[in-house]
Parts: sequence; structure tokens; C-alpha cells
Amino acid sequence: MGNITGIGAAILRKEDKRFITGRGNYVADVKLPGMTYAVFIRSPHAHARLLGIDASAALDMPGVVAVLTGADLKADGVGGIPCGWGITGKDGLPMKEPPHPAMAHGKVRHVGDAVALVVAESVDLARLAADAVVVEYDVLPAVVGVIDALMPGAPAVFEDIPDNLCCDWEIGDRAATDAAFASAAHVAKINLVNNRLIGNPMEPRAAVAQYESSTGRTTLWSTSQFPHVVKLLMGNFVLGIPQHKLRVIAPDVGGGFGVKQFHYAEEAVITWAARRLDVPVKWVSERSEGFVSDAQGRDHVTEAEMALDETGKFLGLRVSTVANMGGYLSTFGPNIPTNLYGPLLAGVYTTPAIYCEVKVVFTNTVPVDAYRGAGRPEATFVLERLVDVAAAQLGMDRVAIRRHNMIPTAAYPYQTPVMMEYDSGDPTGCLDRALALSDWDGFAARRAEAATRGRYRGIGLATYVEACGLAPSRIAGRLGARGGLYESATVRVHATGDVTVLIGTHCHGQGHETTFAQIVSEKLGIPADKIEVVFGDTDKVQFGMGTYGSRSLSVGGSALAKSVDKVILKGRKIAAHLLEAGEPDIEFADGKFSVAGTDRSLKFEEICLAAYIPHNYPLEVLEPGLEEQSFYDPVNFTFPGGAHVAEVEIEADTGTVHLLSYVAVDDIGTVINPMIVAGQLHGGIVQGAGQALCETAVYDDSSGQLLSGSFMDYAMPRADIMPNMKIVTHSTRCTHNDLGVKGCGEVGTIGSPATVMSAVVDALSPLGITHVDMPASPNRIWRAIKAARVAQAAE
Amino acid sequence: MELTLTVNGRKVAVDVPTDMLLVDLLRERLGLTGTHVGCDTSQCGACVVHADGVSVKSCTMLAVAAQGSQVTSIEGISGAGGRNSLHPMQQAFHENHGLQCGFCTPGMIMSSIDFANRNAAPTEAEVRHWLEGNMCRCTGYQNIVASILAGTAAMHATGSVEAA
Ligand code: FES
Ligand code: FES
Repeated sequence: MGNITGIGAAILRKEDKRFITGRGNYVADVKLPGMTYAVFIRSPHAHARLLGIDASAALDMPGVVAVLTGADLKADGVGGIPCGWGITGKDGLPMKEPPHPAMAHGKVRHVGDAVALVVAESVDLARLAADAVVVEYDVLPAVVGVIDALMPGAPAVFEDIPDNLCCDWEIGDRAATDAAFASAAHVAKINLVNNRLIGNPMEPRAAVAQYESSTGRTTLWSTSQFPHVVKLLMGNFVLGIPQHKLRVIAPDVGGGFGVKQFHYAEEAVITWAARRLDVPVKWVSERSEGFVSDAQGRDHVTEAEMALDETGKFLGLRVSTVANMGGYLSTFGPNIPTNLYGPLLAGVYTTPAIYCEVKVVFTNTVPVDAYRGAGRPEATFVLERLVDVAAAQLGMDRVAIRRHNMIPTAAYPYQTPVMMEYDSGDPTGCLDRALALSDWDGFAARRAEAATRGRYRGIGLATYVEACGLAPSRIAGRLGARGGLYESATVRVHATGDVTVLIGTHCHGQGHETTFAQIVSEKLGIPADKIEVVFGDTDKVQFGMGTYGSRSLSVGGSALAKSVDKVILKGRKIAAHLLEAGEPDIEFADGKFSVAGTDRSLKFEEICLAAYIPHNYPLEVLEPGLEEQSFYDPVNFTFPGGAHVAEVEIEADTGTVHLLSYVAVDDIGTVINPMIVAGQLHGGIVQGAGQALCETAVYDDSSGQLLSGSFMDYAMPRADIMPNMKIVTHSTRCTHNDLGVKGCGEVGTIGSPATVMSAVVDALSPLGITHVDMPASPNRIWRAIKAARVAQAAE
Repeated sequence: MELTLTVNGRKVAVDVPTDMLLVDLLRERLGLTGTHVGCDTSQCGACVVHADGVSVKSCTMLAVAAQGSQVTSIEGISGAGGRNSLHPMQQAFHENHGLQCGFCTPGMIMSSIDFANRNAAPTEAEVRHWLEGNMCRCTGYQNIVASILAGTAAMHATGSVEAA
């Protein structure tokens, strides 16, 4: 009998009610007695020496509690913000790791760099006082673009790193790749830019801190995807607060997408201020402030080339990328364009030789770190654009060239030349279904029809592989991780058989309260509404690495499954005692422990009661109670993959791109809740389509001002960006975790930029256009069409 | 300034500065934190409430402009059919997975109710066009559109539509 709230059931979300009734509890909603309000004063300059800060007028204003600066931080011995990854260069030397003060002293390095904190009795007073603080700057030349930053004589973001080079990193076999190129019949090349993005979760970041001098305990509420990691990094490396005296709470959080998975300076400064001033302090970012202080994403400039034999077989891939780190190293910054990029360049193809080098560069821009997909959309974009270019060059069909090079399903597990061993997958199966669902073969008629309306119609596809649940810790440590990459879960079974799960992942929209309950429901045979999932509070939950990199289900869910298995194991021992049978004879199914081959059984609830009221209980060999914990460190990444198809029409006269259809076929392993999976795909695909069609962060090259600094200038995808998508899962099980799960949080964003751009370029291909950079804004497309027509006319 | 208005059916008299925004009155003075602030350029729609039955961005309206008005926020729309009952639009968001992190949701629901009051049988394209002033970063909008279509039908079927 199927469990109606178990694995695979599309049950409605347990967490919805508080959100649809306005009873969510976000950090901005936290109100404490005696609370004060803080605003940051931020640099209006991209690069400047800080000459002085005069707060005297502000301090005279009524209701102003304090004005604190980087010098105060220094005087209090507050440490810099640590980087969580230390990568190693080609030369075997560690990356350059300059200090990252929580508020600037000496120099500011990007527009938005915090220079002072104003604390007052209300937000309005704090804002007024901030206007009265005089900050004197000596403005320096700034550098914004990665290519400019590497030019001789470019302004140095850090004086002791005159070439702005953080690290020159590589992966793969250079000699083997060069040899492949030497013997190639064809070489296809592409130069491209992966445009910088601003994540913009709808909830702005916020922090509230409170210090209780009577107990010496400090509490921080933060909009964080990983409260335990913030507790460890901030407590231990920045503020020197002992771990048992520090509590970090990340309550309801309004979207993350990576933007909230870093330890931010503001968290530390607000906590430090609350302790120093002995009053609760609250800071809520304004949106325009978030634009210049939330870590940003992408920003690569890449040259790539593919060597092919005469049949179109890929022989070698060579990629050279320059990646922007911004003005400081954010928590995962250096890891994203290296470890999460190079190893993904094999994609789903059998390319035998791959070499990738990445120069990681400082500039006077907001720090760059992980944003949904993080490295993997960039890798997919390079590879899939290059495959399209190669197909065009060889006169091959885009589908045929992919099929010709795909890893055969029977070849899994598959070792790529760039570190990864894919455990399972079915790329051709995904491709076949995506082509069928999108009526790929019927496209010619649709293109011809569109042409009669004066529109260019194009169809595009991309395949991808992604790596989720970065692991195991041993390997991650070798790659430069300074933390573990396991997850922990506790299953607390109450005397009544109800269950509380305490888990170290963090949910900010993904529906974990439902998904994790379904795993427990499936295994214990109890309904999901008897299971509560608790996360986001370091005083309640043992430990955890939080939620990012699509790791929650594959790593956290696996820890949870292990804990439930331990509960069942102990339950069997109790049942064996109560049923007077041998433990091997006890079976557990449908919520009942029974003696095999008999009708003697006990309900799960009866076992729970016996565990807590152990009157008839094997106390000499078994402890009472029923609560189990697991820390799970995976043996490998998980590798979701898939094939996406998009169709567009372009207005020849305006360059406007209309995204008309989108089909996604994804292999994400076991599906726990198909409704939630579809929702993750929808959101991810639109975020990727946003990059392809409208989103882009633009800095002024000379001043370093962020020109796209609000929703007026940064084009967020709206509801009319595309019609309904078709989402299909085509799963193979992950072979190295018990649930067979892979992860689905990022796949949409990884597949969609390459897919949409393949369609855009296909639409323009009659004009001889082979590539356009993102976003395919009307202006850029109109110019491309115009230039192509001029070129065609000249022929 | 002395301000009297009705909020979620209750008469409220408060003394507010003339430059106070309606959203701050609701969130900071009245503790109605279901109304959210997601931007500072009046574009995201997280702050949408109703003033006299019509959706407004409470981040862009002065509290004193609501003098004598009936203001309804997300906290004030459920319960018509009994203590735990949801408004048909809330129910539709739940049943169609029209929310993920929930941050845009109160504004989306308040905006959608106004839309449903004006449109008996809207098309998908009309819904997408209406949502121009409401951003969601999580859902990709697909299930929000489905929720609004279902919620609109339910409102009209159950007679919970209000003439604007
Ligand atoms: S807060 Fe964004 S529109 Fe009101
Ligand atoms: S549900 Fe998160 S912003 Fe809409």
C-alpha cells in the first residue's frame, strides 16, 4: 500500500499557511525591547584613500547612540572577514589573500564599501545622522573589468598585489590537450563574456543582534543560508565569541540563491555594535544598498576552442577564463570560477583531453561569489555555445554533433579527464525526450510561418551536467575548502510517536519542511503531519553546513535517512524484547514491527511509548528514549543532468526577443515531491532566462559606479518573460546515497542561459550571426541585426 | 498628525509624523509585519495592501493619505468563513504551489484579489500583464499565474468578489 505522504507524493506544502496569511517571521520583523537601529555609511567611490571621518555633528543630534568606524573595529581587535576557500595556483603557491576588514580602514575598494555605522533610536534618526557624518576621501583611479585589471599599469586594488592577480589556476592535462589540437581536422573557437549578475532575493539582507550581559550570551538573527557556519566563522575568527555563548538564528528567509550563503561583514559589525553598546541593534538593507553590498555573480571573460576530427568527434577542449573577484574575497569567492567551473567542462561528452586555466582577478567592484548555479552555468554556457559553433562550422546538425559525442548511458560510471567521476546518467534519454516534447522536427514549418510575419524564429538546445553536494570533505579539503561538507540530522521521536527533525540545512523557499517530512513519513509509515522539521537556530539544531549548491536533499536528506534507519534499528530491538522474539525475526513495514511469519505485531507508537516508559524494557542492554543523530559525509558529488529546448521569435525591426516555449527534461535522481521539483525548475529556468534576455550588472568603466543600481536599471524578469514551461523528469538513481537523490535547486539556472542563447543565435543564423553575448536585449540584438545586414549588403 | 482609519476592520487612531509611509504605520506601529518591503523604487510589489478595496503600494503612500480609509492588509483577508478559513485567493496559492520563500506572497495575493475583483474570466496573458508591478524571484511566476487563475475562478464562484 502506497504511503500518501511518502516519497514521490505531490503533497501540498506544510509551511505555506504562515506565509499566505502574513504570519511569516523574517529578520526584518524581529522587534526587541530597547532596540536601536543602524545604517551603514558606504563609499560613493570605487577606489579611494580614506582621509578622515568627522562624526561630531551627527553625535550631537538627539537620539543618536553612536557612530562607529573601521578604526573602532581595529581598536577593539576585531578580525577581518575570513575566506572559506584557499585555492592553489599553477605555480603551487597559495592564492593571494589580502585582508578584508569588516569596515574599511585606510582604503575603500568598491562603491558600497562600508566605512561607518550610525546607531540611533530610530531608522529615520540614523539616516539623518548618517547624512551629517563627513567622510573625506582622496579618490584614486579605479579598475572595473577583468581584462583591464591585468593590463600593465592598471590601478592596484591592493598595493601589495600590483598585478591584481589573486590566483592563476589550472586543471587538466595541457600536453595531452595540445597534442589533440595538433592532430585535429577542425578547430572551432569562441570568445565570450558571461555577464555579471545581481542575485536580488526579494527579501533584502538584515541582521539583529542582542547581548545579554547577565548571561554573557550573544544572539544574532541573520538572513543567512547557513547560520551554523556564520556562528563558527564570526564567533571564532572575527569577534572572538566562544561558541557556547553565541546563538545564530536564521528564521524565515525570503530567498537566497547563494546571495545569503556568505559570512557578511554587516553580520559581524552589527553583532560587535550590540555587544559594545550593550543594546539590541537592528539593520535592514535597503534595496539600493543591496545592489552595492550583496555579493554578485558570474563575470567571466573566456576564450575557448574545441578540436574535432573529420567526423565531428571532440578530441580536445581548451579554455582560458579570466574571472572577477571584485574588491575582496567573499566566503566562497575563489572556489566558484575554479573548482566549480573547470571540472564541469566535460559536460555529457566523451572529450578525451581537456585543459582549462582561470585567472582570478581583483577589481574595484562589489565582491563576486556564488549565485544560483555558481560556476556550472558558466561552464555549460562555454561548452554548449562552442558545440553550436562547431556544428555550424562543420555544417553538422546541432543534435547530431551532440549525439555523436555523448557519453553512452552504458558507460556510466564515467571518469572525465577533469577530476569528476559521474556515477549515473542518461544524456541521450534526456535529449530524445526533450526533442520529442518540443517538436524539434516540426520546427522548419514554424520558422517559415514566422518569416511570413517578418520575424526571425529560432530553436535552441543545451545539455548539461551539474555537480551538487560538493563532497567528500577529504577531497574538498584537498581542493582548498577550509570547512567540512557533511550534514547532520537528528530524529527526535516523541513518546507518542510524533517526530521532530532537527537538521543543519536551511530552507528559504525550497519546501524542506515538507520534503524532509516525506522522507520520514515514507520510512516510518506515519503521516507527514505528525512530523515537524526544525532548522535555522544554532541553539536548537546540533550543527550543519546549511543550504547551497543543491546539497540539502542529497547530503542533508541522506543524513536524515540514516537517522531514521537508526530509529528503526533501535525500534526492532525494543520490539524483539516486547514480542519475545529474536531481533532478526522482527520486520518493520507500514508503521508496524512484526514477528516474521506470525500475526504478532506492535505499532510504531507502542514502541515509542515503551522507549520512554521503560517498565518492560531491556534496560541492561538498551538505553531508554528514542532519538538518533547522524553526520553524513558523501562519497562523491551527485550529478544531475539534462537537456533543455527553447524557441524564440525576434522582431527584426526592434530586436525584441520573445521567448515562446521552453522544455526541460532533467535527470535529478529520485523525486521526493514532484510539485516542489517543478517549482524549483520554474524558478531556476526563469533566473537563467533573465541572464540570457535582460539582467546584467553594468559598471562605469572609469568611475566604477554601478550604473544598474536599482530595479529601474537592472532588468529583473517579470511575469511576462515567458509562457508556461514544460517540465519533465527523466531520472536515473544516484548510486552512492540510499535515497538515490541528486538535487534540483540549480539545474534550471544551469541549463537555461545556454539554451535560450542557442535559440537566439539560431534565429539570427540566416544573417550569418554565430554568437551574441548576454543579455540578448533589444538594443544588442538590433545592433547585431543591423551590422549583419550591412555586412551582407557589402558582399 | 492625528490619523483615524480602519485597518482590517478595526478602527485605529494614531498620532503619526506627516512623512510616515503607510507601510511603516502597518509594520512598525501596528505590528502588521505581513506587509513586506522589497525595494526602494516602488517596483517589487511586496508591500501591496488595499485602500478602500483597491490595491496600492504601501511603500509609496503616506500614512496620512489613508485618513478615513478602509485599509486591508494580508492579515485581514482570512477568516470570513470561520476562524481558520482562508480567503479563496490564499487557498489557491496554497493549492497551486504559488509561493516558495513567501516574501512576495502577501503583496501577490493582495494584488491578485484586486485583479480578480476587476476580471471575471481573465486569460493567462492578462494575468501576466497585471503582474508587472509584482516581482517574485523564486517561482518563475508559472505557479503564481496558475494560482491567480484558480483563485479568480474561486472568488467568482463563491461570491467573494467586491465591487471596486
Ligand atoms: S516595497 Fe517594493 S514596491 Fe513597495
Ligand atoms: S516566493 Fe520568494 S519571492 Fe516570490
